[in-house]
Amino acid sequence: MTLPFYVPPEQQVREKSEFARKGIARGRSIAVIEYVDGLLLLAENPSTALKKISEVYDRIAFAGVGRYNEFETLRKAGIRQADLMGYLYSRDDVNAQALATTFSEALGAIFSRELKPYEVEVLIAEVGQPNRIYRISYDGTLNDERRVTAIGGKAEALTEALRQGWSEGMALDAAVALGKSSFRTSEGRDPEGWEAAVLDRNFGRRTFRRLTADQLA
Amino acid sequence: MSPGPRLPLLFDIPAPGSSFTDLLSTLGYTRPVNFPTDARPVQAPEGTTVLALRYADGVVMAGDRQATEGNLVAHRQIRKVFAADSHSGVAIAGTAGLALEMVRLFQVELEHYEKIEGSRLSLEGKAAFLARLVRNQLPMAFQGLVVVPLFAGYDELAGKGRLYTYDVVGGRYEEQDFGSTGSGASLAKSYLRTAFSDGLTAEDALKVAVGALVSAAQEDTATGGPDLRRGILPNVMVIDSVGLRELADDVIRPAAELAVEQIR
Repeated sequence: MTLPFYVPPEQQVREKSEFARKGIARGRSIAVIEYVDGLLLLAENPSTALKKISEVYDRIAFAGVGRYNEFETLRKAGIRQADLMGYLYSRDDVNAQALATTFSEALGAIFSRELKPYEVEVLIAEVGQPNRIYRISYDGTLNDERRVTAIGGKAEALTEALRQGWSEGMALDAAVALGKSSFRTSEGRDPEGWEAAVLDRNFGRRTFRRLTADQLA
Repeated sequence: MSPGPRLPLLFDIPAPGSSFTDLLSTLGYTRPVNFPTDARPVQAPEGTTVLALRYADGVVMAGDRQATEGNLVAHRQIRKVFAADSHSGVAIAGTAGLALEMVRLFQVELEHYEKIEGSRLSLEGKAAFLARLVRNQLPMAFQGLVVVPLFAGYDELAGKGRLYTYDVVGGRYEEQDFGSTGSGASLAKSYLRTAFSDGLTAEDALKVAVGALVSAAQEDTATGGPDLRRGILPNVMVIDSVGLRELADDVIRPAAELAVEQIR
């Protein structure tokens, strides 16, 4: 029987992080912007078929960057958990924080146990009083964000641009304009296509709606 | 707000696909009921008469408000007509407790599929799935606990309203013009047979629907007629290409008054 080489944990974590970060850095970014009636999720997405933003529950949306199959697995798991909790208890018992912590636990477990970590970063957004935005990284790191945030390759530069342009009580069209201009600033080029959705508290029980090309123009 | 009850993140369970009902059985939430050998039928509240009919732009669904337990009124203001999703509705007759649970599961199922797959099921697909839920109840039916739904909606592919009736074993039957289920169904259907005509307006379809319920309530003691004094009116839903909308009481009231007037 051959023993595996000893690799110190520091090195293992460092190498896995590097690997995951490289994967995520290749992905196009996604921004979340709070506006007067809710939250706008805006992604650069050249594909009209493959989605990065999705409805999870009445007031909750999901967005993911990185490897499609990996964040798609997380998205479906999130929908299953939300629907199950809402069905077993009540629709009021489904909230973003419970989902975000379980995503964090799952990604953390995969990062430390599996040979290959997930090359993803995901967002859970919830419209309410107040709005909640959670950002979860490949290693399970959970961040609680306010007003604006971004995930993906150029997340830091994009978040910075969003923060500078954001103001209290923005209308939806102003938030869309801010999102688009921030993408241009952070990427230094014209984006290749948009995917956008809102969680708008005026829409009744299911607050999630995708924005049409006209609404984005 | 405190975090709600939490379950393990469901992504390492054997492929549950896009069905919520299958997810429940994968997780062991739907175990078959084992009846004791000396089990006797129990008495539980039963919903009575619901109906649906086509009109020019889609379908109208309606139901009375009474639930009966033997010779007693169990509930005077129960709801038996529900939105299944944005373009379809489901109405129930039979054992109320089981039927209401079936509706709740059906609603979650349709929304779950839509979110997982990113598109809605076809109307035919929804109707077929409801048949499966009815068939799952078959062991209960042998104990006398019967659920028979009625399903109707606007078929976005065919561009018209369609409706389906079911039987106790999960048989599904598409009806051309109208359908009804529950204790007063045969009475409601004989009214509909004479009152129905092709291309009714929404207003006329409402009058016909309420008229049929009032007519059923005349001879079926289990069906509750409109109680104008107490303000208990039938539930009526209209489904067209725009979607499903529930009619308000002040819209239904004149139709109910007219129907009650006509039977005097």
